[in-house]
Amino acid sequence: MYGQGIWKGLKVTLTRFLQTYWEDLGWLLRGRKRYYSPEGIAHRSGKDNNGIFTVQYPEEDLPIPEEFRYVPFLVYDEKEDGGKDVRCTSCGICAKVCPPQCIWIVRTSDPETGRPVPVPTEFYIDADVCMNCGFCAEYCPFDAIIMDHDYEIASYERNLMNMEKLLKPASYYKSIRPQNYAFQEEARNAKEAAKAAKADADNEAH
Amino acid sequence: MTTPVSETKLEPLGERLAARFPGAVGADTRPGYSGWVVEAARLIEFATFVRDELGYDLLSSLTAVDYLPEGRMEVVYHAYKTTGGPALVFKVQVPRVDPVEVPSVISIWPGVDFQEREAWDLFGIKFIGHPDLRRILMWEGFEGHPMRKDWKEAFYEEEVKPFKSRWPDGNHVYAEQKNPYGDNIMFKPGFDPEKWTPTDPEELLYASLKNYQAESKDGIKTDQVLVNLGPQHPSTHGVFRVVVMLDGETIVRLKPVMGYLHRNHEKIGERNTFLLNMPYTDRLDYFNSMSNNWGYSMAVEKLMGIQVAERAEYIRVIMAELSRIQNHLVLIGTLLSDLGAFFTPALYAFEERELILDVFAATAGSRMMCNYHRFGGVVRDIPAEALQKIKDLSFERLPRKIEEFDRLLTENEILVSRCKGVGVLSGEDAVAYSMVGPMLRASGVPYDVRRADPYGIYERFEFDVAVRYNGDLMDRYLIRIDEMRQSVRILQQAIKQIPAGPIVSVKPQYQVRVPAGEAYGRVEGPKGELGFYVISTGKPTPWRYHVRAPSFINLTALEKMCEGEKIADFVAILGAIDIVLGETDR
Repeated sequence: MYGQGIWKGLKVTLTRFLQTYWEDLGWLLRGRKRYYSPEGIAHRSGKDNNGIFTVQYPEEDLPIPEEFRYVPFLVYDEKEDGGKDVRCTSCGICAKVCPPQCIWIVRTSDPETGRPVPVPTEFYIDADVCMNCGFCAEYCPFDAIIMDHDYEIASYERNLMNMEKLLKPASYYKSIRPQNYAFQEEARNAKEAAKAAKADADNEAH
Repeated sequence: MTTPVSETKLEPLGERLAARFPGAVGADTRPGYSGWVVEAARLIEFATFVRDELGYDLLSSLTAVDYLPEGRMEVVYHAYKTTGGPALVFKVQVPRVDPVEVPSVISIWPGVDFQEREAWDLFGIKFIGHPDLRRILMWEGFEGHPMRKDWKEAFYEEEVKPFKSRWPDGNHVYAEQKNPYGDNIMFKPGFDPEKWTPTDPEELLYASLKNYQAESKDGIKTDQVLVNLGPQHPSTHGVFRVVVMLDGETIVRLKPVMGYLHRNHEKIGERNTFLLNMPYTDRLDYFNSMSNNWGYSMAVEKLMGIQVAERAEYIRVIMAELSRIQNHLVLIGTLLSDLGAFFTPALYAFEERELILDVFAATAGSRMMCNYHRFGGVVRDIPAEALQKIKDLSFERLPRKIEEFDRLLTENEILVSRCKGVGVLSGEDAVAYSMVGPMLRASGVPYDVRRADPYGIYERFEFDVAVRYNGDLMDRYLIRIDEMRQSVRILQQAIKQIPAGPIVSVKPQYQVRVPAGEAYGRVEGPKGELGFYVISTGKPTPWRYHVRAPSFINLTALEKMCEGEKIADFVAILGAIDIVLGETDR
């Protein structure tokens, strides 16, 4: 019969329309919050969702997965006296693997001997050029540059990030990427322990 | 790799060719190269032989290479049989002295139309016998041929990356300060953009349309109308423009105009080191960065001669199939939107796509620009929760939702009457025009690279090559639904079989050693065969990096499909090809 296909399709839209209310009602009766709650957001982006999908940004935020990557930042370890121990040694690998070449590093050299000092004088990331590929963080041998989770960086000016803007503490790194952080700390500690063991062995030998 | 592709017939192909073309065809003996070198004068004869007697009916890719140090230009052809099997690669070498001339094979494979125009545009190779050899990606006023090795851009910095200015004393300079407005493009000598009026290029375009003469049936001479569609129009899915010649409402001729999003991806690729190209491939067809990554890494892995880690093979399949599903969802959604089912199907489609993109974000770190593959594997393992989500999707949600999608509009009488018999392309025409992917399969040719020339581990999975026989809009819509069902089947098997183990077979390095040679990696992308032709000279950067873009080449048959159709159907016919301008314009 002509028109049957149209009805078949309309049944789909009607079902989905009713399901939206049915699901909202269900959550309401069970006294749970489907909107503006982490539980509700998780449900709305899960496999069982049959109702409204929309997440009301900026009132609600989607949870960011750990591996999410945005414009990178530089990590510093907090010293006990409150100073900053910048992990970067200005080795330049990140600048070399940067596909759009948006990392510019000024290496420090000792004013007396002229030899390089393993800390950058300046570190620029042209965030408007950055393509968020994550190579810098992936190939950094010192875990000194990490991809950030902060994606709200819109501004009226050009986003040129210098050291001041780029440096963030290791505790922040731990808060956004707990698994990666733990994994890397473990590797670093193992390395340090091996180094110490070797130093001890050398001392004993002398 | 040096041994040429041999025939499985009684006499090997080499002897057959030597007997048939004495002295004119020889094996390509350069180390790392394969295929045949054909004398330019006998190209047409050879091409006819290849198509008619050897049966390589699908000329998939045509591209050029500039061997500047040897003073030579080379045109490379990749021909396939639609019954499956590896490629027959043949090359024509000509001296690098202007005018560089090669006979056009358009009379044998009409599908080379745009590819020859592209080679003319970017390399300055004149294809003798091409009826409409205009620039295609650059504009007509442009000076020079940018893919030639001696051509340099206005803001040229260095031949290859990394640029030395960045380290160790990289005092930042804004890019726009290095090429201020007015100095950042090059023009012909004596060309002043302020005084220029757009006559020349448009004239050429319109002239190519006007050489058509319509016969009026009743003796009354009526004018034909030229209509410009795009480049700024939502129905063209990007900055795509067509000039249509209309007889009343009926399309008599049509010429696509593209290149508005051209950024010379291939030149960028030759400045980059091998690894640095990976994130750039994401930006070709930005819906399917997972498939794009795969094609490129496959080409480089072939050159490097390395295997892919077992677990990574499975992860690649899972990601590629998820990518295919979300691509087809978006395509169907927007196509139905173009056909007047305003936005309900599009938004239903985007819901499922959203769930798939969440998986990509949790695994690769980004929803669309995944940058996930590395040579020999992938960058990181799938997190446990993401794997669970993939399971939930492919066993529970997606099968249910695909059926719901099918119920929504497939039988809808209005849709059916708008789609049945519209934009028909026969199987023979589809092959001749080098159509690939769902477009080819909707015309009744069951050619799927995953089956015809298996790559990765697709041989291990049970799935059917979706095929439909009418070659009209309806079939192009239905085949996408068929393919999504098959993809779900593959996903279910891959998830059940995925082994534990390392995700990369070699030590991750940012500077890979790639031996000299050529390689062509091709995958069955959601839009069709996506190929990467890479030439290495043993240096850290590729000598040639070419993308065989399905949405660019599938447009060749647009005119054929639209002839005699109503202008109102044009939008749907274009929509069903599934083009992405990031890939078309490169």
